Amino acid sequence: MLKRAKRRYLALEIGCEEPIDSGELMNAVWNAVMKLYGEYGASQAGLSMIDYDPDKRRLVIRTAHTAVEMVRTALASITRIGNKAVAIHVLAVSGTIKALYKKIKP
Amino acid sequence: MKRTYADLHLCPDLANGEQVLRMVNKASKLEYRLVAITVPPNFAETNVKGLLNVCKEAKMDLATRVDLKPRTPEELLKALRRFRREFEIVAVTCESKDVARQAAKDRRVDLLDFSPFDFRRRFFDLAEAELASNGLACLEIDMKPLLILEGPSRIRLLSSLRRETAIARKFGVPVVMSSGASDERLMRKPQELAALANLFDLGQKAALDAVSGNPMLIMKRNREKLSPRFVAPGIRVVRRGKDC
Repeated sequence: MLKRAKRRYLALEIGCEEPIDSGELMNAVWNAVMKLYGEYGASQAGLSMIDYDPDKRRLVIRTAHTAVEMVRTALASITRIGNKAVAIHVLAVSGTIKALYKKIKP
Repeated sequence: MKRTYADLHLCPDLANGEQVLRMVNKASKLEYRLVAITVPPNFAETNVKGLLNVCKEAKMDLATRVDLKPRTPEELLKALRRFRREFEIVAVTCESKDVARQAAKDRRVDLLDFSPFDFRRRFFDLAEAELASNGLACLEIDMKPLLILEGPSRIRLLSSLRRETAIARKFGVPVVMSSGASDERLMRKPQELAALANLFDLGQKAALDAVSGNPMLIMKRNREKLSPRFVAPGIRVVRRGKDC
């Protein structure tokens, strides 16, 4: 029987003074994964955006649980989006969205 | 047990007090408890006190670090005699094989640095590792070049780092990972540095040790040596006075 795909949700903090839209952000994440692990690696990551709050500069993404370290590495390697200097930090990782929001609650 | 993280290589522009403050605050926010800031050898003591105050406000522990770039082994020995007792961390950027060998066997050297851009000047081979394993020097890996390089240069750097970390593991030479950041945008959380170490197959535990256990051990050893109570390894002054 096919195993159920386990997922992980990552809350990210975007360190950048200028405004960035969600499309640009997700493109940068995809590009970073592809640059480091190639298209084959990126296909295993199962990345998708769940939520983006431009005011708090918080992004929530979903990934396959086997690809968490790969995505974390790729996120750490992002230094620029377009011509804006950016640093992306992982705030929390969780198995459910509910638990993730509980973790990052101020 | 909870790990204590240290970044032994921050290079802010010391003339820009605001930038120093921003970087120290960012390090504190990223869960580091100790940072080493590179200062020039002739840096005034009053300025060091200023740095200490900045770190104290951010509840951070500060270590002073000097980066030596000698051209010959003799120059290295001269610099070590002059500066070892003034700084808590001594790093040597090895620009020739002779300097690399001398630095690896000298017990006054804490960190061995190699050029991230010139791959013919990375002298961390089997002989170097064997010398370092008998001394106290650790291999330092700065993450800044990994972040700023792209394409073939980054590929070549990753390949060198993979070979060097494998050699270091074989000879039991500790590895220290630092940010090498000159700007707060290039600073990363310790767990993120450990994740980047996946790229050169360092392994999760070894990578976390490289940002916590190994740098903290260097600091503990050096602070003990620099304390006025230290006499020799294992011997220290317990009490002074006429009745001793």
